[in-house]
Order: sequence, then structure tokens, then C-alpha cells
Amino acid sequence: MSVDIDTVKRVARLARIAVTEEEAGRMTGELNTILGFVEQLGEVDVSGVEPMTSVIPMEMKKREDRVTDGGKAVDIVANAPATEDNFFLVPKVVE
Amino acid sequence: MTDLTHLTIAEARDRLLAKDISAIELTDAYLGAIDAANETFNAYVAVTHDKAREMAKASDERLAAGKGGALEGIPLGIKDLFATESVHTQAASHVLDGFKPRYESTVTANLWADGAVMLGKLNMDEFAMGSSNETSYYGPVKNPWRAKGSNVDLVPGGSSGGSAAAVSAFLCAGATATDTGGSIRQPAAFTGTVGIKPTYGRCSRWGTVAFASSLDQAGPITRDVRDAAIMLKSMASVDAKDTTSVDRPVPDYETALGQSVKGMKIGIPKEYRVDGMPEEIEALWQKGIAWLKDAGAEIVDISLPHTKYALPAYYIVAPAEASSNLARYDGVRYGLRVPGKDIIDMYEKTRAAGFGREVKRRIMIGTYVLSAGYYDAYYVQAQKVRTLIKKDFEDVFHAGVDAILTPATPSAAFGIADQDMAADPVKMYLNDIFTVTVNMAGLPGIAVPAGLDGKGLPLGLQLIGRPFEEETLFRASHVIEQAAGRFEPEKWW
Repeated sequence: MSVDIDTVKRVARLARIAVTEEEAGRMTGELNTILGFVEQLGEVDVSGVEPMTSVIPMEMKKREDRVTDGGKAVDIVANAPATEDNFFLVPKVVE
Repeated sequence: MTDLTHLTIAEARDRLLAKDISAIELTDAYLGAIDAANETFNAYVAVTHDKAREMAKASDERLAAGKGGALEGIPLGIKDLFATESVHTQAASHVLDGFKPRYESTVTANLWADGAVMLGKLNMDEFAMGSSNETSYYGPVKNPWRAKGSNVDLVPGGSSGGSAAAVSAFLCAGATATDTGGSIRQPAAFTGTVGIKPTYGRCSRWGTVAFASSLDQAGPITRDVRDAAIMLKSMASVDAKDTTSVDRPVPDYETALGQSVKGMKIGIPKEYRVDGMPEEIEALWQKGIAWLKDAGAEIVDISLPHTKYALPAYYIVAPAEASSNLARYDGVRYGLRVPGKDIIDMYEKTRAAGFGREVKRRIMIGTYVLSAGYYDAYYVQAQKVRTLIKKDFEDVFHAGVDAILTPATPSAAFGIADQDMAADPVKMYLNDIFTVTVNMAGLPGIAVPAGLDGKGLPLGLQLIGRPFEEETLFRASHVIEQAAGRFEPEKWW
């Protein structure tokens, strides 16, 4: 499978990365090189093989259902580019 | 007096305990070396002079009181991927501009609890995506090694290029690193240092910037095998904050050193003999086989039939996980924000400006292989192949093989701004051909220097072990180290 420039622009939109026409053109070539490389996986017989979900067999850890942390609003917003009263500020999303 | 920066961790530990030297003297020696040479190497992206001296002073107090920890007073460099409280943590990316976490990663917290001293944060490929350290927002790192009679700058490998260069150039006693497809072992091999990626789940991933969560593992890069054993013991732990942290006690790895390898079964996989591999690497591999045989190990030929599919499967699984993990860099909660006409425009502009080319490339691949209609053909297929890769290893371990010996890399260090690699991303990816299988199967792997090539550049061998049998790797790699000797770059800086 290979991608064309329109697919690259659509994927960039999904990935929320702005691309110029020139970048999209360059990425089309690069992505096709990589997709060409991974194509060989198609030749592996995987009938009856389960896809890997956990590389080391282990039981999912569960913790006690109890509040153990919190009250850290100041810490949480400390690195944000824009805040007000411990809220993250973003451009208007609701008219 | 010998140069304090040339002491190994074990030697420094003994001299600190004997009060021959103080932690502050040792730390000052390293800070002096960094101040003199970091401009040349670009290994550190942040040097924490004051914090290092404060920590060293506290170490001296604990040592005086006889309360020193296992790494008391040992000055370490920390890869920029580990969250360090109130200290530069950007995964060498522009998108995390100015980020100073309010928390400490479990791995670094473990090191400080054992008394280690932080010298600063080390350069790396952006978000650990690269094999040459050239994708860093902070620019490339220089390898302390140069070919004989040459002044051409070489890469230190990647992604832990700053870690490997700093250890090799005596700018820290040891360094933390991480390995998703070879990012500890390949730079270790390129710089004549030792690097171990432990079993998946051995070191907590909590507070380490995520790249591909099912593959990422932390480990040390050090000047010898003993130091790697000492550092891994401190880095590893059982951590309730990471659900993939495995609930097993951490052994005292150092006691494995010097134990005999007599009767140990070492597998030699035929699939690792790849086309175009330099003669010298084949010769080195044979030397490694002979050394282990001489020490009493039994050598057996084995087959890992799905080896060639590990790299292509990796380039689906890792970008897929990365595209998901890196979705959080959106200009809202931390780091860079580029204003836009609405919130989507702000996201898109922030991510366009914040991520470098390689990171964008991988996010794009990951987004594509996870998108509607392609998920089964790419992602599910790759995860099935991953099951087969793991089964290859399980079969040979089941047949009695204790460890597998392979070359660490298909070549020695190459030049900065190599034209071939710049033109074709897959050429760069091939650097990890011998290391990536280990991550896909979650196994422990160690790279140990084994010799120099004809140009005088270091080459490494890799040993791969059964899950949680890092001790076997320390034992066998120590034998190789004893036979091969240690390698230091000739000082030109």
C-alpha cells in the first residue's frame, strides 16, 4: 500500500500537525519508503496466531478504591502556557 | 593524584567509603570536566551545578555518619527523558519548551534515595526517536571516539547519545538511559561503554516521558560491567505507580560477577549473519564465541526464524504507540503554545512548530496505521508477528539455551550528517536490526565492548537473556570484558 499527498494531508489533520504543501509532498515520499519497508510483514503466515497484548505475562494490578492523592491544582497548572485561577486557558471553543 | 573522573563507580564508591576522597571533590572534578568539554560534545542540555554540590555535601554528611547508600556521592548524568523535579525535562524536544516537572521519576528517585548526585540532564534524540542523536532539538552530540588519524566527528549513536558520550568522555561516572528499540545498546556499542536494557517491567516507567509504552525500558550506561550491575540494582524497583512494573525482588546483580559460566549454554543465531555486515564484526563475534567457550560455556547454533520481521513490525508498533502517547502535547497543559485562530488551529500550529521532522514522521506513520481501514492490515498483523518473534526466543530458551550472543550493531559509529542516512529514513532504522528483537520480546539485553575495528573504533557484542535473568547477562558479559579488556578514547578535546 502507498499513500498520495491527499492522504498525507488527511493524516496530518488527524494527527493535528499543520503541514505546508511542500512538507506534505516530502512526507509522501518518506512515508511511502517506510510503508514499503513494512510491507514484507504481509508474507508472514499468522494463521492461528494471537496478537500480542502483554510482552511479560502479568496480572493487571489493581489498587484500593481510595483517594490517595490530590489537592495539587497549583502543581498541575504550574507548567501551562496560559492559566487563570488554576484553570487551563484555551481559545474559545463554545460560541 | 589520579584524575578522579577516571574512577569507575565501584572504585569511587570504595574510595568514598575509605574517606580517601570526598563526594564534593568528586562532584567538583566532574563539574570541571563538564565545564571544560561540554561545548565540544553537547552531551548535557542542562548542568545542575548548585544542585550537584548540594547533593554531594549531603552525601559527605551521610558518609561521615556512616549512613551512606549504595551510590552515595556518585555523580551521574540523567537522560532528558526522566522527569526531575524543578529541573529541565524536555525529552530534547521544543514542544516541551520550559517544562520543569513538579515530580520526580521513580528511577531517578531511586538513585537519589541511594545517595547518587545529579550532574545534569543529557542530550538525546527527540522523544528517543533516532539512532544518532541528530534528531535532538539541541543539536547533535559528538562521539569522543574518532577514527585513527582522523578529525571527522562521529555520532555517539542514539537515542541515548548524550548518556553514552558523557560516560565515555568522563563527564559523569554513569548515566541513565532508555531503550525502546536499541537506544541503550547501540550508543553503548558506538562509544566503547556498557549498556543494559533490563527485562520489560524491571524498571518503573513512571515519570519517564513515554515513547512506545509496550517497549520502553530504562537502564544504565556505564564504563564497565560491574558499574552497570551496581546502577541497575538502584534503578530497578517494584512500583505501584506503574501497572507494568513487575512484582519481583531486585537481586544484588554485582554478586553475579566473577561467577563461572561453565556449562552455560550460549546460542548463536544464524539469522544475525546479515548481508553486507563488515568482516570485522563477524570476526569479533567469533572472538566472543571463543572467549565464552574458553571459559567453559557450551556453544550451540540456534535459529530465530522471524528475526528479519522484527524491524518492520517495530516500525508499526512503536509509531502507533508514539502517535497516541504524543497526543498530549497540544499547547494546553505544558510546554510550547503557538496561538491560532481557534483551538484546532492552535493545536496544529503548536505541534507543527514543536515537533522535529523525525517525530512528525513517526506520528504520521502511527496515525496512518491506526486509522480506520488500516488497523487490521498493519497494527494487528504487526502484533501477531510480535507474538511469533517472542515465541522464537521462548523455543530456544525452552531447549535449554541460557543466553544468546550476537553483534550489537551492524557497523561502527558513522559520521555526523551522513548523507545516505539523511536521504533514506529506513537506512537509519537498520542500525537497530540486532537490538530491536529484544524489545519486541521484552527480554533483557546487554551490549559490552569487545574490540576495535581497523580504524580504531569500538565495536560491541550483545547478550540476550531469559526474562528477569539479568544476572546471567552480567556473568557472561563480565567474561567477555575480562577477555577483551576495556576501551577508552584517546583524548583530543
